[in-house]
Amino acid sequence: MNKRTPLYERHVTLNARVAPFAGWEMPIQYEGILAEHQHTRGKASLFDTCHMGEFELSGPSAESDLERLLTQSVSSIKTGQCRYGFMLQENGGIIDDLTCYRRGSDHFVLVVNAGTLDNCREWILSHITSETTFRDLSSETAKLDIQGPVSREATESALGIALPDLKFFRFDEITIGGVSCLVSRTGYTGEWGYELYFPAEHAGDIWDRLLAGGVIKPAGLGARDTLRLEVGYPLYGHELSINRTPVAATRGRFMDMSKDFIGKDAVSHELETGVTHYLAGLQLEGRRAARASDKVWHEGREAGEITSGSLAPSLGVAVAMAYLEKDLCEPGNTLEINMRGKTLRAVTTQLPFYKHGTARGLNPG
Amino acid sequence: MNVPKDRLYTKTHEWILVDDDIATVGITDFAQSQLSDVTFVELPSTEDQVAARDEVAVVESVKAASDVYSPVTGTVLDINENLVDHPEIINDDPYGEGWMFKIKLADPEEVESFLDADAYENSLPADS
Repeated sequence: MNKRTPLYERHVTLNARVAPFAGWEMPIQYEGILAEHQHTRGKASLFDTCHMGEFELSGPSAESDLERLLTQSVSSIKTGQCRYGFMLQENGGIIDDLTCYRRGSDHFVLVVNAGTLDNCREWILSHITSETTFRDLSSETAKLDIQGPVSREATESALGIALPDLKFFRFDEITIGGVSCLVSRTGYTGEWGYELYFPAEHAGDIWDRLLAGGVIKPAGLGARDTLRLEVGYPLYGHELSINRTPVAATRGRFMDMSKDFIGKDAVSHELETGVTHYLAGLQLEGRRAARASDKVWHEGREAGEITSGSLAPSLGVAVAMAYLEKDLCEPGNTLEINMRGKTLRAVTTQLPFYKHGTARGLNPG
Repeated sequence: MNVPKDRLYTKTHEWILVDDDIATVGITDFAQSQLSDVTFVELPSTEDQVAARDEVAVVESVKAASDVYSPVTGTVLDINENLVDHPEIINDDPYGEGWMFKIKLADPEEVESFLDADAYENSLPADS
């Protein structure tokens, strides 16, 4: 039996197409993936991401425990800042990609993927010291993402509040209708936006208030996927898995190699010697998409495998990410994907595919 | 769900409009709504010889690719090339401007086995 977020009834009322995702009944689309994608790039959209997990770690050794568990530097995260990185096995395999929020000197929150939540919890519990208190806040926490270039003004106008000035990957606490919310300037679309965390019982009320302004529209996991693909963000279960390392996924910048962490020896070795296949971007010749697990060929030999692929709605051409033989990863190599008799041509290209995202830029207007 | 009475249907959600010995083929309103935004269409070539139940076209949405089968045996007379650059026409007007290909029937009696509008509508899920 799949779980439902506190907003499930609202999705049904909005005529969303609902489908199973990572053990949850999630809205895939409302109006349509293309319309929701364009609305996010042009205006602002609201995503129900209540399925994601939140873990609280606190106590005098929380920082040192997390420093060892995560690839990103934790001690240098300031209160009010969050940082993206990985949790690895000893062999460098990725248990999850996650964001670490520091709420105080000995108080952290990790935001983890829904599909990896149980593994993450088990791994963390078996690696923290007895002085660290772990709480799984996932079921009591609602998470909503507001994403798009007008997110700030549309949110302020819909809620009748002023949002704090936040730099990228900073957060603060705000009050919405008496409810205390954590708001971070983060997201998964490449656009300016926020992720909101607050007690789950208020999910329906805050969802309704955000949509009542009329500018922000709901968007589903379908658009979330095309948006993140266009900006080259990896998705756990596709680009990231227990069988891939951050080195192969070309995410080395999210590892602090000056500290010790679980999996460091393995990834250090890979950084020195290289791996056989790296993640690369492919642009296809037309609108027809290559799909996850399609094989990629080069000069008659199998050279890799697609991990995600779709029409990139902002570009009008299909794009994909794939693990490719290392010598083929630089931009400009021509590859082939066989589609039952028909051959699709693709060229390796630099990520991101879509280069006009507002995520880091100054908020227009 | 819109199911016009003027044509015939297959269980695989193609429609067939027969005029003499020429069958025009497209996908139904139900099929386009299940696919959602159509992002790519591949069509057969004119003069292709096709047999009933051959995979002759492909319709892709953001999330999925679906084969379109030729309901009939014959020769492809014409294809709707507008769909190549504007695949969304299939969503907007599946029974009109969204037609996909025309086939000259090898055996005009072949169409007698298809579903009429009522039978097709009854075959759809109740909440569609």
